[in-house]
Amino acid sequence: MPSMNLSKNSVRELNQLLHDQAGELTEPEWDIYESGGQHNVACGLNQQLNVNIHDHVGYFCAGMNQHANITVHGNAGPGVAENMMSGLVRIKGDASSAAGATAHGGLLVIEGNTGARCGISLKGSDIVVQGNVGHMSCFMAQAGTLVVCGDAGEALGDSLYETVIFVKGEVKSLGADCVEKPVRPEHISQLKNLLNRAGVDEDPSAFKRYGSARELYNFKIDNAY
Amino acid sequence: MNHEQPQDNLRESATFDRTTMAEIRRAAETGIYDIRGFGAKRKLPHFDDLLFLGASMSRYPLEGYREACETKVILGTRFAKKPIIIDTPVTIAGMSFGALSANAKEALGRGATAAGTSTTTGDGGMTPEERGQSSKLVYQYLPSRYGMNPDDLRKADAIEIVLGQGAKPGGGGMLLGQKITDRVAGMRTLPKGVDQRSACRHPDWTGPDDLAIKILELREITDWQIPIYIKVGATRTYYDVKLAVKAGADVVVVDGMQGGTAATQEVFIEHVGIPTLAAIPQAVQALQDMGMHRKVQLIVSGGIRNGADVAKCMALGADAVAIGTAALIALGCNHPKYDAEFRQLGSAAGFYDDYHEGKDPTGISTQDPELAKRLDPVEGGRRLANYLRVLTLEAQTLARACGKSNLNNLEPEDLVALTVESAAMAKVPLAGTNWIPGQGY
Repeated sequence: MPSMNLSKNSVRELNQLLHDQAGELTEPEWDIYESGGQHNVACGLNQQLNVNIHDHVGYFCAGMNQHANITVHGNAGPGVAENMMSGLVRIKGDASSAAGATAHGGLLVIEGNTGARCGISLKGSDIVVQGNVGHMSCFMAQAGTLVVCGDAGEALGDSLYETVIFVKGEVKSLGADCVEKPVRPEHISQLKNLLNRAGVDEDPSAFKRYGSARELYNFKIDNAY
Repeated sequence: MNHEQPQDNLRESATFDRTTMAEIRRAAETGIYDIRGFGAKRKLPHFDDLLFLGASMSRYPLEGYREACETKVILGTRFAKKPIIIDTPVTIAGMSFGALSANAKEALGRGATAAGTSTTTGDGGMTPEERGQSSKLVYQYLPSRYGMNPDDLRKADAIEIVLGQGAKPGGGGMLLGQKITDRVAGMRTLPKGVDQRSACRHPDWTGPDDLAIKILELREITDWQIPIYIKVGATRTYYDVKLAVKAGADVVVVDGMQGGTAATQEVFIEHVGIPTLAAIPQAVQALQDMGMHRKVQLIVSGGIRNGADVAKCMALGADAVAIGTAALIALGCNHPKYDAEFRQLGSAAGFYDDYHEGKDPTGISTQDPELAKRLDPVEGGRRLANYLRVLTLEAQTLARACGKSNLNNLEPEDLVALTVESAAMAKVPLAGTNWIPGQGY
C-alpha cells in the first residue's frame, strides 16, 4: 500500500501519482501523512481509489472527485469536494465554508460542523453533516440533498432551486424562496436511505424538510422589493 | 426607433428624447426593467477616434501584401506545458450554448478552426458539436458552474475563469425560461422553463488570495498542461489586472463595456463599466508595472469590428483580441434578408437585440429547432473564417504601413487621437500635437 508524507513530497507529486492511476489501476489503497493544511490535496481523482489522509487539509481537497473514496482524518478547509461528480468523501472533523459547492454527484459526509455556504449551487450530490452548517447553506442549490443533523445558520436555502434540505435542529432563518414542507413517508424513506449510506445513526422522523417555494422561478413584479 | 425630424418648429428635448420617453412608457406599462441582448448602444469613445501614423520620411514601410507580417500569437507561456498557438490574433469570445443554438456554436468552432484560432465555451458547459469542430477550445469556468465537469476540463485547450463580462461587470448571466429547453435544462441541472439567473460571484472562493488557490486547483486537476485565463469586465482595470497576474493567470482577458451579452438589463449594459479604449492602457500599465507585459498575455474584447480595431488594440499593447458580436454578425445575426420577420417581432434588421426571447429569425440566438435549422453550421463557419481572414489582412495592411513585420510590433507611438477624450483614455497624443491629456504639456 503506497503512502506519502506531504512534509517531504509535494502535493503536485502526490496528485500526479493519483492521476496516473486513472489509466491503469495498480495501487488502489493510499495513505497520506502530514498534509499540514496544504491545499488541493487529492483533487481531480478519476479512479476507484481508497485514499486516507491522516491530517488536516486546506482548500479544495478532493475537488472534482470522480469515483474515489477519500477520508480526511482531520479538518478540511474551504471547498472540500467542490464539484464532486461521484465517489465518497468523508471528513472526520470539521469542514470550512463552501463544502460540497456545486457538486454533481457522489456523497459528502462531514462528521463535525461546516462553515458558511455548505452545498452552495449544489447540482445533484448528497451531503450529510452530523453537526451544524453555517449561514447561506444551499444558496442557489439546484439538485441533490443536504442533511443537517445539528442546526442551520441564517438564510438557509436562499434562492433555492430543487435541492431538498433536511434539518434536525434549529434553523436560524430561511433565505428567499425557501420554505418548510411537509414530511411524507417517501421523504422518511429517502432520508433513512441517505443516513444509512452515510453511516449516521439518526432517527429520520426527527427531521424537518425544506425546499423551494418556486416563487422566484419566473419574474414577478411583486417580488421586486 | 424613428428619429426623423417631424417639423421645423418642433423642438425635441435633449434630456427627454423619444427613446427616453418610450422607455418611460414601456416601464409604466409593464412594471419590469428592459432586458435585452447586444452591447452598449450609446456612443462611446472608441477605436474610430484613433488614427495610425503611416510611415513616410522618418519611418520605413513594408510592402502592403507581399512582405511578411507575422500574425501568429502564443498564449499561455507563463506556466502551461501546452500554450495555445493561434495563427491570427483574433479569437472567438465565450458565448453559451443556451444563449446560442447548437448550430451557431458549431459554426463558431468551424470558422475559428478554419482560420487557425480558438473559440470559447460559455455559461452552460461544453457541447460535443463545439468540441468536435474546434481545434482550440477554451473552456469557461463561470460562477454558475453549469455543466462543469472534470472530463470536459481535461478536454479543453485552456481554461478561462470568468469574473465578469464587459456588458455587465458585477452581474451574472441571464437566460429566460423560454430558452430553457430540455437539452439546455439538462446541461444546467435546472427545471425546464425556469428563468435562469446565474450566479454573479463564484461559489467557493471570495477574493484574489482564494483565487490563487483555485487556479492551483485547476492546474492540479489538469496536471499543469493547459493555460489558465482570467476574464474581467472593464471597470477598475489597472487593479484587476494586477490582482489577476498576482493570482497566477497565464492570460488576462479584459472585456470593455461595448462587449455583447445574450441578455441582461438595459440599464446594466449602458451604465456599468468603462469603454474598451480606456481599459487597454490601464491593463498594459498594470502588466508593465509588474514586469509582466508580454509574459502574461493580454486579450482585449468589446466592440472590435474590423482590422483597424484589431491593429489599434495591438498597438496599445494587447497580444490578441476576442470578438463576439462581430462573429455573430458574420454568421448572419441581424441579416437584412430577415427584415420582414424582425419587423413582426417589433424590431428591424440591424436593430434586433431581443436575444433573450428565443425568436431570432436567423437561427443564431434561439433554441427553437425550426429557427435553428436556418443556420447551416458549415456555411456559417465558412463566413466566419472569411471574416477572420479579412480582419487579419486589414490589420497586416496597417502594420506594414507602419513598417512592422509583426503585428505585435505595433506600438502606441504609431497612433494619434482625434478627440481630447480618446487621447486621454488611450494615452496617445491628440493628432497634430504632442499633447496627451493628463500627462502635462
